[in-house]
Amino acid sequence: MLDRNHVITAKDLSRADIETVLDRAAAIERDPPERERHAGRLLGLCFFEPSTRTRMSFEAAIKRLGGDALDMGPVDSSSATKGESLADTVRVIAGYADALVLRHPSEGAATMASEFVDVPLLNAGDGAGQHPTQTLLDLYTMRENAGGLSDLTVGIMGDLKYGRTVHSLAYALTKFDARQHFVSPESLRLPRSVRYDLHEAGARIREHDDLDAVLDELEVLYVTRIQRERFPDENEYRQVAGEYRIDAATMERAREECVVMHPLPRVDEIAPDVDATPHAKYFEQAHNGVPVRTALLDLLLDDADSGGGEETVDAADDGEDGRKP
Amino acid sequence: MSERDDHELRVSKIQDGTVIDHIAGGHASDVLAILGIDSGTDEVVSVGMNVPSNRLGHKDVVKIEGRELSQNEVDVISLIAPAASINIIREYGVAEKNRVERPDVVEGVLSCPNHDCISTDGEPVASRFAVLDDGVRCAYCETLVREDLADHIDV
Repeated sequence: MLDRNHVITAKDLSRADIETVLDRAAAIERDPPERERHAGRLLGLCFFEPSTRTRMSFEAAIKRLGGDALDMGPVDSSSATKGESLADTVRVIAGYADALVLRHPSEGAATMASEFVDVPLLNAGDGAGQHPTQTLLDLYTMRENAGGLSDLTVGIMGDLKYGRTVHSLAYALTKFDARQHFVSPESLRLPRSVRYDLHEAGARIREHDDLDAVLDELEVLYVTRIQRERFPDENEYRQVAGEYRIDAATMERAREECVVMHPLPRVDEIAPDVDATPHAKYFEQAHNGVPVRTALLDLLLDDADSGGGEETVDAADDGEDGRKP
Repeated sequence: MSERDDHELRVSKIQDGTVIDHIAGGHASDVLAILGIDSGTDEVVSVGMNVPSNRLGHKDVVKIEGRELSQNEVDVISLIAPAASINIIREYGVAEKNRVERPDVVEGVLSCPNHDCISTDGEPVASRFAVLDDGVRCAYCETLVREDLADHIDV
């Protein structure tokens, strides 16, 4: 069981927490839970930013456990348009539901919201902060496709500054002592706060501006989207984005077993011709959102039933990269 | 000449108020900013800058008449002037003499410089920062602030 009630950042998830969730997800895939397992339980979905994969996979997960979802709906039809604070919104919805899922454009939103609710709260992305449940499904995908999580060599490429999936993943991989290679333009390198935590945790990290410097070492290549609005002009964006794009020819220079992942949605940073190669695992990764989130909800609702759980846990990202819509 | 004699030659005693001593040279203006004292103040304030000090080489000293500092104010001063001592003066005598202590957390006294932080978004929470050895860190968005702390004071 998890030893915390909330899942706010991957930094707070222990290696044992992560393995517990991934083991439960694997068990669920082998032997789906009884439909009545959490009958009558309600999951509140509070999405203040657009979401496809995260929102739908959480909804699928609670329904597979026999429960149901209460969706706040689009922000423009909610009380937020009347000026209601996030604190008030989550306090009210916590009264209707057994657990909450929150996505919000402000960094730290889930941490703050968790101070106002007494049901488990899961961070489904807080601005450019964290997205811990995405990390859990990322790790599950790596474990299934890269021969485990120990001693992996992982490249993470793209927008490392604003990519919340990247921040959460880096924290989690550090707990498994991975060698992490961060590949990005200088302006989109890891933020100082994440670098500080990785350094404090003794992470094995290196930074590069060119994928070819490390490509042939990688067991996993995790690609993220570089957004147009991070650059002052279109030309500079096109030039930079073009340097951090992969296609099937790129992957011919990679190890045969290198797994390519992406939190999705992609734009053009992974060419469609990669899809047909054995490297491509990003659609499987997206599908893994359901068993992993089912496992997480199962554990949290079990804890709630038993009166267990003490504090807070964090996880990873989706839509996934902390970018503003 | 002793440090005390030197100090007293430059700045007269006050009847009631606070003397903040052993501020690192050049940081008196940051302390004044923390206390909300600027050129428009009505308070009686004496400032000594770059006063010779046995302990610090050069130090700054701030004396404020008729005002005893709050714990919040002392907490923030501790962040930028960790060697400071705070003397509460009553009837020309030192009633309390305290070295500042860096707290583990400061609440409601700094504003987060990250404009995307939820604590800057009108929510019903006070700003909260963990105090590190070399700066502070927002408890909500985890932004690190190491330089120019005085620019983020919100007391």
